Amino acid sequence: MTDVLHDLHDRPPNGVRTPNKTPAASRPRLRRRGLPRWNYPAGLGSLIWLGIVGLPLYVLVAATFQTRDGYIDDGPLALPDHPTLANYRRVLESDFLSYLLNTALVTAVCATIVITLSVTVGYTVVRARGRVSRRIFQIFLLGLAIPSQAVVIPVYLVITKLHLYDTLLAVILPTAAFSLPVSVLVLVGTMRDIDEELYESMALDGASPTRVLLQLVVPLSRSGISTVGVMSALHAWNGFLFPLLLTQSKSNRLLTLGLYDYVGEFRVDTPALLTAVVLSIVPIFLVYLFARRQLINGLMGVGGK
Amino acid sequence: MAHAATRAPRRSTGRPGVGRPGVAWALPGALFFVFFAVAPMVLVGALAFTDWDGIGTPSWTGMSNWSRLWDDPETHQAIWLSLVLTVLTWLFQTPLALLLGVWAAGRQRNRAVLSAIFFLPLLGSSVALALVWKSLLDPNFGLIADIGPALSFADGDLLGSSKGAFGAILFVTAWQFIPLHTLIYQGGARAIPRSLYDAAAIDGAGTVRQFFAITLPQLRNTIVTSSVIMVVGALTFFDTVLILTKGGPGTDTTIVPYLMYKNGFQAFDLGYASAVATILVVVATTVSLLLVRLTGFAAMRSTREGM
Repeated sequence: MTDVLHDLHDRPPNGVRTPNKTPAASRPRLRRRGLPRWNYPAGLGSLIWLGIVGLPLYVLVAATFQTRDGYIDDGPLALPDHPTLANYRRVLESDFLSYLLNTALVTAVCATIVITLSVTVGYTVVRARGRVSRRIFQIFLLGLAIPSQAVVIPVYLVITKLHLYDTLLAVILPTAAFSLPVSVLVLVGTMRDIDEELYESMALDGASPTRVLLQLVVPLSRSGISTVGVMSALHAWNGFLFPLLLTQSKSNRLLTLGLYDYVGEFRVDTPALLTAVVLSIVPIFLVYLFARRQLINGLMGVGGK
Repeated sequence: MAHAATRAPRRSTGRPGVGRPGVAWALPGALFFVFFAVAPMVLVGALAFTDWDGIGTPSWTGMSNWSRLWDDPETHQAIWLSLVLTVLTWLFQTPLALLLGVWAAGRQRNRAVLSAIFFLPLLGSSVALALVWKSLLDPNFGLIADIGPALSFADGDLLGSSKGAFGAILFVTAWQFIPLHTLIYQGGARAIPRSLYDAAAIDGAGTVRQFFAITLPQLRNTIVTSSVIMVVGALTFFDTVLILTKGGPGTDTTIVPYLMYKNGFQAFDLGYASAVATILVVVATTVSLLLVRLTGFAAMRSTREGM
């Protein structure tokens, strides 16, 4: 894992190679110069932050192998004396798997909707002429800052009027809509980098917009599209407010809401509760292991101009 | 500076319209977004003038929600708490994320591993992470029982005290979101040309000086972007508040989104809750306009014009 991470983070930033130097000659000089010198206080600070980030994660994982009594007696920092998988069995025997399945379905449909719509919007914004496509882009830019909390009441009204209340679709539609602004932004950034000449040569061949989209834009925007897919999936997987307010019955319950319910159910059994938390993170963690480069590049692209 | 640089001259090559999609291509996405996000934003302002219990049809009541909001001390407190939380969040998260991000933009191996670990909290949902912290802050069985005395909470009941509960929300949300902003700053810092640092080093500038003379000014756009995300984020700390404190003790952590939830979906007074939500919309729209104006996003628009 270390090597892949190393590879991920250590790629040189775009266009910052010092000119007129071979890499071999420039490397030691770069080490002595520039940022690396103020490493020591920053390095210490980052180690402290590592503790702040890592300690709760340690407690979280350690507790899941702990018995309830062991957790209460030894405190959260203790390593379990007799590691047990009973918590996992207990959570998996509850309705956890049905929540997981619902969430997976919502996540997949959301990601599909978001990818389809943001690809076509991005393509139009980058390529279409005229004021309308510019206005459309502006709407999405403004939409970036709409917090879902602020509009959840009218969304509730719309969903009930459409007779979708307490269905998975009630969660899917608004969740996908709120993933669109960032996705459009990412894809516009990616698609803008496609060479103008490629479009022109396809136009000379008489290619229709559909063919240009499918044979040129989509293949060349693959990295942006994966970023959008991963980010919208993460967003849907972790969504809480829409499931809380737009669904009701147990058969339509999603994972985050299920976790919230476990607070009552496992009130005095912290290890079982934390096991449910771990199990809810595991699938997204597996996705992260496969798609971390896309995710991180996408997130870094938000601020790196 | 960024604006001038990106305002490229109008492209001269290419025949107009050839191989270009019509605007109709964007309509499904745009209409979908308008229907589920933009129209509700307008609708919430209209609902704020109605009385609605969530089942029947909203009935028009004019200004009554607003005059009630004007007189309601709980609403005043919520707005004040949201404001304080937003400002403190910015003051708390920005310097840390900035320093960590600039540090992580370096290229040694240990940084790579560390910044990958820093990233982990982003994978969990607010609900999951708030539950972890809730158990750590449990006065009987949590970590706080051990370290509480050092923080002057002898009984460990941090969440039971007004300041402690507010501080816990501030801390837990920072714990969750600093990694995101660290990544954003890391991306920004990576994009700074190294030649600037080389030149500064030749002029004899120390690292601290370089940080203030090069890194900070170069990250200006990144700071604005991250700040906007942070401010809008601070308006949406609902999940964390619901799980950690339920707005308590009393109403001491009832921030605006939680107040909206309480009025709307617990008391089923959705008209009044809409008035509360309208405050959120106004703040968010203002922030959004600032975003388009101040950040590189505006520059992106002008790049588009030049295409």
